[in-house]
Amino acid sequence: MHGTTQEFKQNARIALKDVTLQTALGGLSSGLVARRAKAVGALPEFESLREEARRTKDHILENLDHYLERYEAAVVQAGGIVHWARDAEEGARIVVEICRNAGAKSVTRGKSMVGEEIGVCEALEKAGMRVVETDLGEYIIQLAHEPPSHIIVPAVHKTRAQVAELFAAAHEPRGIRGERKEVADLVNEARGVLRDEFFRAEVGITGANFLIAETGSNIIVTNEGNGDLTSTLARVHIVTAGIERVVPTLEDATLFLRLLARSATGQASETYTTLHTGPRRPTDLDGPHAYHVVLVDNGRSRVLGGEFRDMLRCIRCGACMNHCPVYGAVGGHAYGWVYPGPMGAVLTPLFVGLDTTRDLPNACTLNGHCAEVCPVKIPLPDLLRRLRKRQFDAKLAPPAVRWGIGLWAQLARRPALYRFVTGAAIRLLSVFGRRRGRFASLPLAGGWTSVRDLPAPQGETFFSAWRRQGGTR
Amino acid sequence: MTTERTNPSRRVGLFVTCLADLFRPSVAFAAIKLLERAGCKVEVPPKQVCCGQPAFSNGAFDDARAVARGVIEAFSSFDYVVAPSGSCMGTLRHGYPELFADDPAWRESARALAARAYELTSFLVDVLGVQEVDARLDAKATYHDSCAGLRELGVKQQPRRLLASVKGLRLEEMEGTADCCGFGGTFCVKYPEISSKLVTDKVGHITASGAEMVLGGDLGCLLNIAGRLRRLGKSTRVYHVAEVLAGMSDVPGVGDGESS
Repeated sequence: MHGTTQEFKQNARIALKDVTLQTALGGLSSGLVARRAKAVGALPEFESLREEARRTKDHILENLDHYLERYEAAVVQAGGIVHWARDAEEGARIVVEICRNAGAKSVTRGKSMVGEEIGVCEALEKAGMRVVETDLGEYIIQLAHEPPSHIIVPAVHKTRAQVAELFAAAHEPRGIRGERKEVADLVNEARGVLRDEFFRAEVGITGANFLIAETGSNIIVTNEGNGDLTSTLARVHIVTAGIERVVPTLEDATLFLRLLARSATGQASETYTTLHTGPRRPTDLDGPHAYHVVLVDNGRSRVLGGEFRDMLRCIRCGACMNHCPVYGAVGGHAYGWVYPGPMGAVLTPLFVGLDTTRDLPNACTLNGHCAEVCPVKIPLPDLLRRLRKRQFDAKLAPPAVRWGIGLWAQLARRPALYRFVTGAAIRLLSVFGRRRGRFASLPLAGGWTSVRDLPAPQGETFFSAWRRQGGTR
Repeated sequence: MTTERTNPSRRVGLFVTCLADLFRPSVAFAAIKLLERAGCKVEVPPKQVCCGQPAFSNGAFDDARAVARGVIEAFSSFDYVVAPSGSCMGTLRHGYPELFADDPAWRESARALAARAYELTSFLVDVLGVQEVDARLDAKATYHDSCAGLRELGVKQQPRRLLASVKGLRLEEMEGTADCCGFGGTFCVKYPEISSKLVTDKVGHITASGAEMVLGGDLGCLLNIAGRLRRLGKSTRVYHVAEVLAGMSDVPGVGDGESS
C-alpha cells in the first residue's frame, strides 16, 4: 500500500479541522471503550488470561520456525497448499497467480489487514480482476476509494449520513433503492448487494485471526458472517496471514479468542468463529475445491530477532487505538499506512523504515493507556521510546530536538552551572510575569504559547530560596 | 497526622523535580512539610537537577544515562527518594532499570534506587500509612489523574484518600479523570494542535464538573491545564495536591498572578 506516513503532521492538522470526522471519532470512546470495560469487568480472570496469553505468545515466537513447519505439514495433510511470501510484492504476486490460474474474473474479500499490507486489492485490479470487499466497513470504504482507518472497524471515520450517500451513489444506478435512514436499512441494503457477489466470485480471499499448527486450520472471527460466505461459496479459498498468526493448538486459540473478542468489541465472543481446514473433502456438501494459504513475512522475521519482538505478540484487536488519545483526536488515516494508532506507530517504522515514518513514534504522549489494555501485554510506550532512540542514534530526529536535548543534558550534568543559568532566567521571567501570573506569548516558546498561556514562575527557584534560607523551611 | 515523630529509619531524600524548582517552589516546600509531619527526616541533596526524562523520552538514551547517574549518586545514601511527581518517579522506577539493563557497573544501583523511589502521596499512604492530614480548604475541587503516576505507579486512591481528610474540601470527580491532558513532555510543543485538542477536552471536563479548583500530582499536566484554562478565559484555579494537603494553597494558583 502506498502511504502518506511522511505527511503525518499535515494529515493530523486536516483531521483535527474535519468536523464530520471529529463527530465520527467522538463515538469511539463511548462505544468500543465502554463495551470493552464492561466485558472485561465481567470476567474476573481477565488479568490472568492476559499473562497466560503473553507467555504463550512468547513461547510461540521463541519456537516460531517449529510451529510454522508443523502448521505447513498439517495444511498439506488436509489437502491445502502453503505459499511463503518474503515480502509484500511476492505475497501479492502469489495471490494474483492463484486467482489467474483459477480463471477468476471476480474475487470477494473478507477483511484482512495483511491483505491491505501486501496490496492484494490493487494487485488484482491491476491484473484485470474485479474485487469486492464483503466486510461492511471495508465495502463502505471501497466505495469511497479510501483505505481503512481502523483495524477492526475500518469505516469508523464515516458517519451514517456519509454511508447513505455512498450507497445511493453506488446502488441507485443499478436500480437499487432503499430507505437509508437507519443503520439497519444500510446493513440490509449492503447484504442484498453482496449476496449476489458471493455467488458470482470464483475466488474468495480471507485473512486469518489464528493458524492452528496441530490441525492446519485457520480461524476467522466476524460479526457479519461475510467471511464464511467468502470462503465457502467460491471455488477457491485463499488465506493471507502473517507468519506470527500461528498458535500450537486449538486450545491455545480459545485463550486468544476470549481475549480478542472482549478487547476488540467488548463481546464474550464474536458472532461467527469459523474454522477452515483444507478444501472440500469428497464427503463434504460444500466448501472450496482448492485451499491456499499465503504466509507473509514482510519484515516479521527481522523483527523476531531484535528488541521489538514483543510487537509480534499482537493479535490485532484494536484496543490500543480505541484507548489512544492521539488516535481519538486525529483518526487512523493521519498515520498514513495500513496500521494506525499505537500498534501501527510501532509496526509501520519496523515494516517500511524509520526515515519515512519519523512522526509516528513521536506523536504519542507516552500516557500508557494502550499498554494497560493490551490483551497480550505489549509494552507499547517502551517500544515507541526505543524507536525514538533508533531515530536519535541515526540522527533522524529534528535538529532542534537533537541540539536542544544535547545542550540541556550538558547543563543538567553540571548542577552549579545549571543553578546559575536557570536561576537568572527564572528571576527574569518572574519579574515580567509575576503580576499577571502568565505569558500569552514568549520568544522561543511558540510551541507552547500557540495554544495555551505559559504560567509564570512563582519567583526565585526552589534551590535559590532553599540556599538563602540556609536549607530550612 | 497519626504517625509518630521522626523515625531514623525514614531518611528521605526529596527529589524536587525541575518543574517545581523552576516554576513552583511552593510544591517542594509543601512536600517537605508533609514528609516531616509524617515523621521523616527530609534532606534535599543539592546535586540533583532533573531525572533525565526529557532525554529518555526523546530517545537520547546516552544523555539520559549521564543525567540519571547524577541522580543515582545524589540519592544513593537515602532510605527513600520521594518526589511530588508521578512522572519523574516513574522514570526512576521504570526508566532507570531499562537504561542500565546492560551496564554491570550501574545496573544494581539503578535497580536499588528504583525500588526506593516513590511519588509523594503514594509514599505517605502506602509506605507511611498516613490516613489524614491537618489542613483546611473551603472549596469544591476536582482531581486530574496524571498518566505516569496512574499507570506506572498505581497512584489513584492515595491522593483522594488524603484529600478526603482536608476540612471543607469537596471532591467532585470529572468525566474522563484518567484521560491524558495532552502534555506528554516535549509532545505538547512538538504537536501543539493535537495537544490542544486533548487539553481542550480535559478543560471541558474540568469545567463541566462544576469544580472551582482542579488538583493534580504532576506540575507538567498542571502547567498545561492552567495554561489552556486561562487561554480560554476560564477562572478555575489550579493547585498541586501537595499544596492543598500541606495547607499551603494560600498562594496564587498555577497561572495566577499577584493581581488576579
